[in-house]
Amino acid sequence: MTSREKILGRIREALSIVAPRPGHNEGSSKVKRGEGASVRDWLPRVGEGYSERLALFQQHSSDLKTDLRVVPSVGDFEAELRRIQEAEGWKKIGAHGGTLVKRSIGGMNLPVCWTDGGYAAEELEKCDAGITECDALVAQTGSVLITSRSAGGRALSVLPPHHVVLARADQLLADLPDAFALIKQRYSAAYPSFISFVTGPSRTGDIERILVLGAHGPKKLTILLAGEV
Amino acid sequence: MKTAARQFKEDASAITKDQQHRQLIQTALGKYEVVRDRVLGRFQNWNAARDAAAETKWEAVNHLDEHLIRFASQLEGRGAKVHWAGTGGEAREIIAGILREKGAKSIIKSKSMTSEEIHLNAALEEAGFEVVESDLGEFIVQLRKEPPYHIVFPAMHLTRHQISELFTRELGTTPTSSPEELTMIARRVLRDKYIRADVGFTGANFAIAETGMISITENEGNARLTAALPKVMVTLIGIEKVLPRLEDLALFLPMLATVGAGQGFTCYNSFYGGPRQPGEPDGPEEYHVVLLDNRRSELLADPEQRDSLHCIRCGGCLNVCPIYRNVGGHSYGTTYSGPVGSVITPHLRGLKDWKHLSHASSLCGACTDICPVRIDLHHHLLQNRRNAAASGPSMLEKVAFKAFAFVINRPALYAFVKIAGRIAQRFHPLVKGTRLDPVGVWTRTRDLPPIAKQTFKEYWRSRQ
Repeated sequence: MTSREKILGRIREALSIVAPRPGHNEGSSKVKRGEGASVRDWLPRVGEGYSERLALFQQHSSDLKTDLRVVPSVGDFEAELRRIQEAEGWKKIGAHGGTLVKRSIGGMNLPVCWTDGGYAAEELEKCDAGITECDALVAQTGSVLITSRSAGGRALSVLPPHHVVLARADQLLADLPDAFALIKQRYSAAYPSFISFVTGPSRTGDIERILVLGAHGPKKLTILLAGEV
Repeated sequence: MKTAARQFKEDASAITKDQQHRQLIQTALGKYEVVRDRVLGRFQNWNAARDAAAETKWEAVNHLDEHLIRFASQLEGRGAKVHWAGTGGEAREIIAGILREKGAKSIIKSKSMTSEEIHLNAALEEAGFEVVESDLGEFIVQLRKEPPYHIVFPAMHLTRHQISELFTRELGTTPTSSPEELTMIARRVLRDKYIRADVGFTGANFAIAETGMISITENEGNARLTAALPKVMVTLIGIEKVLPRLEDLALFLPMLATVGAGQGFTCYNSFYGGPRQPGEPDGPEEYHVVLLDNRRSELLADPEQRDSLHCIRCGGCLNVCPIYRNVGGHSYGTTYSGPVGSVITPHLRGLKDWKHLSHASSLCGACTDICPVRIDLHHHLLQNRRNAAASGPSMLEKVAFKAFAFVINRPALYAFVKIAGRIAQRFHPLVKGTRLDPVGVWTRTRDLPPIAKQTFKEYWRSRQ
C-alpha cells in the first residue's frame, strides 16, 4: 500500500464519525448573517461607482506607500515614465512584451531586459525597475492583481527595486469577490502557474515591529492609472 | 533527562522575571492590538465572517479525502509532482531524495512552520546541504541557532541591538541601531543566495482543492523570489490546509491579514499551481508538493477536537493569551506555541508528555474569542485535562481526594480537623517560605487565607 492510500485510508476511517457543526457550543451569530448574505456583506465596504472606488484605492495607496499617479490616458504613460526615470536616474529597465508596456517605454531610450523568452536572473537583478501590466486593481484592498501571463513572469515584478504597473481605469474592480470572479472567468481553461495580489511595496516588521520598506522585494511600487470611466 | 513539564515550569518562571523580555513583548503586542482592532473595525460584520470561515473549514476538513484527491490531481495535471508523507521522517526522506536526485547543494527557504515541525533544516544540514532561511525573522533566529519565538513573528523577542550584535558577529557587518539598515544587510546577503540557490523551498498557508494551487501570504517578497528563481521548487504543506474553492480566499486572506498582523491585506498573496507552464518566461522547471500527515489524521479521528484542524496559523490566539504574554514563545518547547499549540501538541506528540500544557491557561477564553475560524480553544484545553485525568490520574490527587473523603464522611473527625487546622495555621509563619512548608507550592507566589474563625454551620446555629 502506498503512503497516499495509507493516509487517505486513515482520513476516511477518522471521518466515519461525524463532527459537530461549528458554533454548537456557544451562541453563533448565524442568525444575524441573514438569508442570501454573501462574503461581500461582511468584508470592508466599498462605495458604489467609479469615483468612490478610485477614492478608496487612493486612500489605500497612500496608507500603503504606493505611489499612485492618475493620468488622462494611456498615451501619457510614456511622458510619466520619463519623469520617473529622470528623477531616479534609471540606467536599465526590465519589461515584458505587453502592448501597453511596449508603446510606453520607448521614450526613456534605455537598455531593456525583456523577460518574455527567458532571461538571466543576474541581468534582471541589475535593472533599476521592472515595468509590467496587470490583470486588475482592487479598490477594497489597494491591491494590484498580476499573473505570470499579464506581468511578464514571476520575477519581473519582484526582483528589481522598483515595480511600475501600467493600468487602465476600467481595470479598477470593487472588491475581492470581483477579483476572484475575474481570475476564474479569464483563466479557468488554463490557469497560469503564478497569480498574485500585490498590495504596496515589499515590507517587514520583523525587527521590533518597526515598519521597513523593501525587505526582499521592491522598495517602491508605482501605479500609473490611465483615464476615467 | 528533564521532562517537558519540568522544563516548561523552569523556563516559564525564569522568563517571567525578565523585565526586558516583558517590556519587548508588551510593546510589540500592544502595537499589534491597536492596528488589529482598527482593521477589524472596517469589516461590515466580523462575526458573520468568522462563522462563514468556520463553516468553510468544517466543510474542508470533514471532506478532507475528496479535497486532497482533487488538489493533487489538479496540480499533477499541470505537471507538478505530489508526494504523500505519513510521518515527519517520510517527509524529510522525500525532500532529501529530491535534492540528491537534482544534485542540489544550496536551498533557499521561505517561512514554513511545518518544516519546523519535522525539523527539516537539521536533517538537511546533516545530509550536507546548505539551507538558508530568507524570511528576515527566520534568518535572524537561524543565525542564533534557535527555533522561532512566534509562529508569525519569529524574532519578536529580540531588540535591534541584539540583532545588530548578531549580524556583526556572524556576518561581519558594522553595528547599527537602525532597523532599516539591519533589514538592508539581510537583503544584500540573501540576494546573492537567491541567485545561486539550486532549490527553493516554501511552506503554504492554504491548498486550494478546486484549482490545485497553494497560497502563500507574506510581506517581504522572499517567498516570491524563492518561487521565481531556483530551477526546482518544493512546497511542504500539512493535509489540513485545504480550502474547497478559489474564491474562499476572498474571505480567508483578509481575515488572516487582520488577525495575523493587524493589516488589511498582506503585501503579497500569491498562488502557485505548478512548474513553469508553456509560454511563461520563468519559474521552476520542476515543482514538488509534499503533503504531510504526521498524526493530523489522529486529531481528525477525535470529533470533539477535530475543529483544531481548522487552524490557519494566524497566531491571533498567541497574541491575546495572558499566558503566552508572560511565559513567551520559547518556554512551551513546542513548534506551535500559545493556546492552539497547547491544544494540538498533546495530539501530535503524545498526551502523556505534553498534558501539562493544558494547564498553561487561565481559561479566560480570549483565544476562542479572537480565533477567525472559531476553534473552541479553551474548551479543548479542558477536554485535554479531562482526557489526561482519565488516562492516568495523578497519584497525589488520588491520595488527597481519598483522604478528603475519609474525613468528610466522619463528622467527629471533621470537627477535630477544623480546630486542629486553626491551631496549626498559627504556627505556619514559622515554616512559611522554607522547605518545611507543607503548602509551599501555594505560598511561594500567593498568600494563604486564614481559616475562618467561625464555620458556616456554627454561624447558622448561632442565628437560631
